[in-house]
Amino acid sequence: MKRFLRPNLLLGGALLGAVLTVAITARFWTPHDPVRTNLRRRVGPPSDVYWLGTDEFGRDVVSRLMIGASTSVSVALATVVLALLLGGLIGLIGGYFRGWLDRVLGAVNDTLLAFPGILLALGLLAVLGPSAWGIVLALGLAFAPTVARVVRGTVLSVREREFIEASRALGNSEWFTLFRHVAPQTIAPVTVLATSMFGWVVLSESALSFLGLGVPPPAATWGNMLASARPFMQEAPRLSIAPGLMIAACLLGANLLGDALRDLLDPREAR
Amino acid sequence: MLAYLLRRAAFAIPTLLLVAASVFFLLRLVPGDPALLILGDQATPESLADLRASLGLDRPLPVQFVLWLQRVLAGDLGTSITNGEAVGPLILDRFGVTAAIVLVAVALAALIAVPLGLLAAWKQDSAGDLLAVGIATLLLSIPSFWLGLILLLVFGLWLGWVPVVGYVPFGEDFWTAASYIILPIATLTLVEAGVLIRMSRASSIEVLRLDYIAHARAKGLSEGRVLLRHVAPNAFAPTLTLIGLILGNLLGGIAVIETVFTLPGLGRLLVDAIFARDYPVVQGVMLFVAAIYVGVNFCVDLLYPVFDPRVRAG
Repeated sequence: MKRFLRPNLLLGGALLGAVLTVAITARFWTPHDPVRTNLRRRVGPPSDVYWLGTDEFGRDVVSRLMIGASTSVSVALATVVLALLLGGLIGLIGGYFRGWLDRVLGAVNDTLLAFPGILLALGLLAVLGPSAWGIVLALGLAFAPTVARVVRGTVLSVREREFIEASRALGNSEWFTLFRHVAPQTIAPVTVLATSMFGWVVLSESALSFLGLGVPPPAATWGNMLASARPFMQEAPRLSIAPGLMIAACLLGANLLGDALRDLLDPREAR
Repeated sequence: MLAYLLRRAAFAIPTLLLVAASVFFLLRLVPGDPALLILGDQATPESLADLRASLGLDRPLPVQFVLWLQRVLAGDLGTSITNGEAVGPLILDRFGVTAAIVLVAVALAALIAVPLGLLAAWKQDSAGDLLAVGIATLLLSIPSFWLGLILLLVFGLWLGWVPVVGYVPFGEDFWTAASYIILPIATLTLVEAGVLIRMSRASSIEVLRLDYIAHARAKGLSEGRVLLRHVAPNAFAPTLTLIGLILGNLLGGIAVIETVFTLPGLGRLLVDAIFARDYPVVQGVMLFVAAIYVGVNFCVDLLYPVFDPRVRAG
């Protein structure tokens, strides 16, 4: 039990838990309407009513940060799921069946890995145009090769084990053996990867939204809030500071939790 | 050694070809007619047909690819739709700014992070180690573009030590030019140092556990000598791979930093081209950056055996 009481696990879990709570709450309740503009309240100071003040269109900053959490978390979760499904399938099939299929999938994978991830995402967005689904697709494809590599590596070592041979000897089909016995063995490394990936995706999505290639306004994301706060940096630095702190909290949570899970699930790497 | 070299080269060349093919076909997925895009409103059916023929767009796709590849290999990346400039020189011109910032920042980050990681590993679980890991994890979690904004706010707006917006080429005035790129360099150095400290520490810990280190200590070598002569070179090899990946990543992907500091770099060129739907430029930059990425990783592979002789045999 003591091994679960690590500071990284607790702090990381608390940070991510807080972000998730905010993201879910924002679906049902925010202190004010996050998209309602009021030009008489432009860049208003913090007050009892508007805790962090208002932005350049007079919208409540706290409400927008909350909706931003909801957008960023949903986009990141969808992206991670897509990357896991795609990369997982490629890794499982390639690693298990080997042969020409593995070589073809491997060549595709290596080509995708030959691009820096964000460049691949930018190229795909050039084709898809900026939208939440464009981001999910672009980042999902950009992160899938990493998943495929990790899964394939694990499958390669698992497929030689006795219980896999036993499953085949019992007359189970290859596909049954693959999904019933091999796939579950990849859960530990994939969980560790998915946790850190969640952080990278939040970072990439906010970077792309900051550039104007992500989720388009008036929908709030932390990235596009940062971009629109830039002209008011001197007047109202809080508009720039707040969204960045949210991204950093999310990332720190994912990094700490990822480290803790790696130590827990993969004792070989524990330090 | 030569066999190792050839093996790596034999891997890099097909990768580059596949990269070129995927860049070419990716941008053919864009809906719409490239000829119409180039000519815009002034298009007539005749001029469209002429342009299609001169661009080779009336030929089958595989033929188009081969023709395009021939031109690329001859150094011709086409011309920009927005301003008619040749894409190749445009890229090289913008690459200078990006390369200067990235190379200095990564070198600084490595100089700080590698020894720090080694020391942290040596004193594993001490207060100093915890502090180093804590700072590294914190740096790793700060978005670079946000850190840039904060540095700009503090040193540019509040303290007034550096100019806030703009860029001066190094050829004009060295010190003014330096004052414009000092903050972007500081930002990248801090962010990348975080990743590198963790990597250097992790690989040093791995090496410190090996038998030959115990052997070196048993021979009565001083701790300093053990660390410098026996741990550092071997622990540096995996860190070097990471440095290569970071370098490749940053050389093409610091659009956000260039946006924060309004620098005319390669990343900004790509993003502006995406907005302007200037596909020859998008295609050119993607190919250029991917080629650099593959090239940098190839160089790292070549350097790797220098630090870790086991690779040569493998």
